[in-house]
Amino acid sequence: MELLDFLTYGFIQRAIIAGCFIALACSILGVQLVLRKLSLIGDGLSHVTFGGVALGMVFGFYPIYFAIPVVVLCSVGILKLSEKAKIYADAAIGIVSSLGIATGVILASKSGGFNVDLFSYLFGNILAISNLDVVISIFVSLIVLIVIFFFYSEIFSVTFDEEFAKASGINANTINLILVIMTAITVVLAMKIVGIMLTSALLILPAVSSFQVARSFKGSFLIASFIGVLAVVTGVFVSFLLNLPSGACIIVVNFLFLCSLFFYKSLK
Amino acid sequence: MPIEIITAKDITVRYNSIDVLSHLNFTVLKGDYIGLVGTNGSGKSTLVRTILGFIKPISGSMRVFGHISSEFRNWDKIGYLPQKMATYNPNFPTSVEEIVALGLLSKKTFPKRITKKDKVLIDRALELLDIIDLKKELFGNLSQGQQQRVLAARAIVHEPELLILDEPTTAFDPEIRESFFSLMQDFNKNKGATIILVTHDIGSIGKYASKLLYLDKRIIFYGSFDEFCKSDKMSQFFGASSQHIICHKHD
Repeated sequence: MELLDFLTYGFIQRAIIAGCFIALACSILGVQLVLRKLSLIGDGLSHVTFGGVALGMVFGFYPIYFAIPVVVLCSVGILKLSEKAKIYADAAIGIVSSLGIATGVILASKSGGFNVDLFSYLFGNILAISNLDVVISIFVSLIVLIVIFFFYSEIFSVTFDEEFAKASGINANTINLILVIMTAITVVLAMKIVGIMLTSALLILPAVSSFQVARSFKGSFLIASFIGVLAVVTGVFVSFLLNLPSGACIIVVNFLFLCSLFFYKSLK
Repeated sequence: MPIEIITAKDITVRYNSIDVLSHLNFTVLKGDYIGLVGTNGSGKSTLVRTILGFIKPISGSMRVFGHISSEFRNWDKIGYLPQKMATYNPNFPTSVEEIVALGLLSKKTFPKRITKKDKVLIDRALELLDIIDLKKELFGNLSQGQQQRVLAARAIVHEPELLILDEPTTAFDPEIRESFFSLMQDFNKNKGATIILVTHDIGSIGKYASKLLYLDKRIIFYGSFDEFCKSDKMSQFFGASSQHIICHKHD
């Protein structure tokens, strides 16, 4: 029973609940992003989050809530850049991402340099997860799940073959917009759990793991969600047990799941 | 009075100040089976995408089922097989059955769900293309030819009135190609579907299609194969031997 004592700590409970819901949203969105070769959008948007957080700190707002609209706007910017400006999506992500970091660094240096607070945003700090963060994480994940439930067929069609989806009367541009906005909000919330530097892994790893064994699109959603949630619980537990950074532990556990599934697939 | 399915009037499409389609005028009638032929870069796929309203011409008007193509909304009337999928990932985790089901979405209202009744239609399309045994297979594990047949099943599963197939047979071996052309002929004759089939296989298509549309940025020829074979103008344009290849197999 001693092993489970850690669950009695309030900060651990908050970390696990918020982490599981965010992992759920990340895994579901990640499946679509990876299949559409947009894996790095999470990386780009998390860098923009850095700029947004620094901006929030300079103006004295609670950084995470200031970052959400900034990141949403940038995600739409990436989409429009790649659609209209004849720029490849990876280049668009690169532009917006470096601009986010540059803005963050300038603002951080003007406001007295990097402090502990900003550092915790870079690498995640489960001690800093508030009750409100937990509520918002649950709310955002539920929205992602509801959207997926009602628009599953449209999302599948656009993810598999956008041109065909358009010829089926599906508004691919709207589906894309919904996808990047949901990703933007989820990325900002994921920052609290694993930090800016590791957010994209939370999107990519469960998705890639699921592709090793999934035999249908629906199956890949379910498997990725299961792996994402299990990695958060295991990662937080390991970090508590060995006194290691929780964000990094979650990512390493995710990677180990990927390796296991890869070997399982190779043996079959 | 034959029903006009597609009416193109003076269509010009331009990319970077170069005309890729120039002043096209043609009408596709209900029940036509058209072989759309031309060399690489002749504008075949651009024409297909203009018909579907994905590309807006700089001049002229394109009407599909009586509607301006960019405002066309009755997508359940159209079955489409794109030339290639720009974002297609070979490791996409999806089954053959799931992909064919996508062809039924144009008939559905929100929330779009696949029902048990739909499964019967999916099975029928898979049987028509002789791939029913692949139903549960992962799409990524199939050969290119098999994948192309799955995508063709997706295009016909909802029994569209107009079927647009952009180079569907490139990955097929000759035997399967002929059977595919023949299947489309049945679909055309028995279901009354109007078909536009883009192909490089100018030698075989004449055996099955009723009309030939030869494109090279402008229309070189549009009419029945008989008219094509008897045309002196076409003999001069293609040379007697090329014309013979197209016509020989047709006879």
